[in-house]
Amino acid sequence: MAGPVLEMRSIVKTFPGVTALSDVTLTVRQGEVHAVCGENGAGKSTLMKVLSGVHPHGSYEGEILFEGEVCRFRDIRASEDHGIVIIHQELALVPYLSLAENIFLGNEHARRGLINWRDTLRHATELLRRVGLTDHPETRVADIGVGKQQLVEIAKALSKKVKLLILDEPTAALNDEDSGTLLDLILELKKQGITSIVISHKLNEIRRVADSVTILRDGRSIETLEVKSPETTEDRIISGMVGRDLDHRFPERTAHHAEEGTAPALQIRDWTVHHPIDQQRKVVDNVSLEVRRGEIVGIAGLMGAGRTELAMSVFGRSYGRYAGGTLLKDGAEIRTKTVAEAIGHGIAYVTEDRKQYGLNLIDTVNRNISLASLAGLARRGVVDEHEERRVAERFRTSMNIKAPSVFEPVGKLSGGNQQKVVLSKWIFAGPDVLILDEPTRGIDVGAKYEIYTVIDRLAAEGRAVVFISSELPELLGMCDRIYTMAAGRLTGEFSRAEASQEALMRQMTKDKEATR
Amino acid sequence: MSTDVTARTPAPAPPGKSGGAASGGLLRLMLDGLRTNMRQYGMLIALGLIVVLFSVWTDGDLLLPRNVSNLVLQNSHILILAIGMMLVIIAGHIDLSVGSLTAFTGAFAAVLTVQHGVAWPVALVLCLLVGAVAGAAQGFMIAYFGIPSFIVTLAGMLIFRGLTEILLEGQTLGPFPGGLQKLGNGFLPETGPDTDYHNLTLLLGVVLIVFTVLQEFRDRRRQQEFSLDVLPRNVFLLKLVAIGAAILVVTMLLASYKGAPIVLIILGALVVGYGYVMRNAVFGRHIYAIGGNLPAAKLSGVKDRKVTFHVFLNMGVLAALAGLVVAARLNAASPKAGLNFELEAIASSFIGGASMSGGVGTVLGAIIGGLVLGVLNNGMNLLSVGTDWQQVIKGLALLVAVGFDVWNKRKSGS
Repeated sequence: MAGPVLEMRSIVKTFPGVTALSDVTLTVRQGEVHAVCGENGAGKSTLMKVLSGVHPHGSYEGEILFEGEVCRFRDIRASEDHGIVIIHQELALVPYLSLAENIFLGNEHARRGLINWRDTLRHATELLRRVGLTDHPETRVADIGVGKQQLVEIAKALSKKVKLLILDEPTAALNDEDSGTLLDLILELKKQGITSIVISHKLNEIRRVADSVTILRDGRSIETLEVKSPETTEDRIISGMVGRDLDHRFPERTAHHAEEGTAPALQIRDWTVHHPIDQQRKVVDNVSLEVRRGEIVGIAGLMGAGRTELAMSVFGRSYGRYAGGTLLKDGAEIRTKTVAEAIGHGIAYVTEDRKQYGLNLIDTVNRNISLASLAGLARRGVVDEHEERRVAERFRTSMNIKAPSVFEPVGKLSGGNQQKVVLSKWIFAGPDVLILDEPTRGIDVGAKYEIYTVIDRLAAEGRAVVFISSELPELLGMCDRIYTMAAGRLTGEFSRAEASQEALMRQMTKDKEATR
Repeated sequence: MSTDVTARTPAPAPPGKSGGAASGGLLRLMLDGLRTNMRQYGMLIALGLIVVLFSVWTDGDLLLPRNVSNLVLQNSHILILAIGMMLVIIAGHIDLSVGSLTAFTGAFAAVLTVQHGVAWPVALVLCLLVGAVAGAAQGFMIAYFGIPSFIVTLAGMLIFRGLTEILLEGQTLGPFPGGLQKLGNGFLPETGPDTDYHNLTLLLGVVLIVFTVLQEFRDRRRQQEFSLDVLPRNVFLLKLVAIGAAILVVTMLLASYKGAPIVLIILGALVVGYGYVMRNAVFGRHIYAIGGNLPAAKLSGVKDRKVTFHVFLNMGVLAALAGLVVAARLNAASPKAGLNFELEAIASSFIGGASMSGGVGTVLGAIIGGLVLGVLNNGMNLLSVGTDWQQVIKGLALLVAVGFDVWNKRKSGS
């Protein structure tokens, strides 16, 4: 193999009050795909910000060698001039500009301030083809999917003559298909001689694309492993990330046997929902399913399968246009035209996007926990603050929410702790049926285990849990039964014993024709 | 005045540290509290500084009993508007129509009482109703039709200004009946023996102090009951003394002139009432929730449209009240009344800690912001600074206040 193209030596970066990186060494070989993994807060993003000049030279200790020379980047521009381009987790595209305009944003083909459109379009088409996109370069970014947007980001990087491409959790927002395309592209770029650093939570992805992986923990580089080596198993990587052997990734669950005879806690019958704008499109198509008390029922599906849409429309018709179907709670039909009615009937929905739909980030932990249950905390319209605080303290302890106090703004907590706040909020609402939509998305392994334990406890208390997830091992580890969805339809139902990743995936990838 | 500040301070006490009564721990505790409520305390300190500066520059004229009384009378309408505006801004909206609406309701009151001889209490109620209807109409379009509040209230600003001129036929209308005048420049009636001070005002001040202290003790006891962290005893006592002293000073100043202005009593009731609603009532919480994150609030079962509607309805009522107060003080309704009131109310809210994106702010903050502007106004008048420079300075004050907040937030990395 070739020698190192990048060496980061003993990097130390401190913020007021926190040491984000205490001693990190990272060596990346020429032409390889190098994965960096670690729990949230391990320092991955900070390390990449140091490398790309977001944190300028002088604000950290240690040295960076790129292509054998010592680099002191003042800003992102300086690192880009050397061919180091970072693609952040949150895409930095302007939705109402075209693909071509986005690709050359800040780097326009222009003479004396006037844009040369012919060159721009020609060059953009070229770059888009290189990343496997056939869309017209004058398409607006807003009109293409997230998966394609990610590819546009890479095209943008290529336009900057990239030598080292850094991707920060590139597949976090993508479905499996788009993820696959993206990973293939990374391998393709590797053939063209472009070195990549990929930050990822997803171990199967690392195994698929990476040559070596560096594990960070608590701001230190723990070790670098050769992915191809037989000793590098997923459990090996996980134990490196969490610093302990992980015997059980899931809490011990005894499969639940629903009592026959009693009505299911929630039955969804013939549920159909149309797209909010495109009225012809059925986003959820005639779905019927049920969940019993004490049961955890999974819904597996790829992005666009209609899982979130189903959940949200059941929860007070919060998504799309209702086009038919009934809900039965404990055997009796219920009306839930508004969220308030749904909550009133003991249904709770924990959103997949906690920042957008789950939390008021500028408000405090206690007020976020109480928001869905204020009526219960209030007498004649006045909230009992002391009781509210007591409740919040109780959840802070029982859910192990790491916050200095319940008066801490939720926005300052880590992802895992934010998720615990959202869960607390809905547990406090006292629901009989909890619909959890990707409850462990974007949180670290340790926090995931805690969330699983909570879910297990909720079922043990006799609540019905619907568990929507894109991570199949998670569903297999946690659920008593699993439904699969594809293209808005229910395509399968598996008991705990029958379910396997392969069997589920087969039903999840059924196309529309096959399900008819 | 004190409800908001006092109720917020117990928050930052770190567990385990409350027992340590060493002076170092005490200081740290106070600094912690200061940092978490930087905007509000910062503005309170700035207000104090401005008061001290202008007292020095005016050789103490600023704090003469008569001037303090004037200060209250001259700014009460802005403070009333600022309370309502704060709610609107917290909900994530803006209301540009309140200046025109105050003029309109003032004109309506004049037409009723002066031209048609309607009894003033009837006129007062009718005016508040008109304000409620105007606010509800705008609120309806914003909440249920989804027209942006900026547009709706910009239209309202033009419409109500025009209607004012139509109603008054371009003339100034006055004078008002005596009862209504009292609303603008009346004082509490005097009773009891002849002292050098206004007895009823003194009594009111004492009652207020006793009430606040009792409330504080009750709060503290309940927190201890729930075994929650409380302020160390000496900090708590210090706080009580500071609050008591502040109320006492204002009371003495007012009592040594004509007593407490009636509008101050109204204002005090509004501050306490709205402060309570915003902190403790479900309605208040819902306002913060929809301003802070609308989709999350919706998915928590908050009836966002209803809340928005009522916020604007409320703003309409307060605008009507402000219109009555202004018209009563000037003893005339004029087509040009209420000019730029909306801007002063908005500025007060932002100086007092509101955020452009909504979800942040307190009623007390709006009052502090309004007082900063009011003291600047009054002080510069005493120093005979022209209105040209007054505007420049007030504009700078707004920039400095918000700029300081932005800088402070960036420094703390949030």
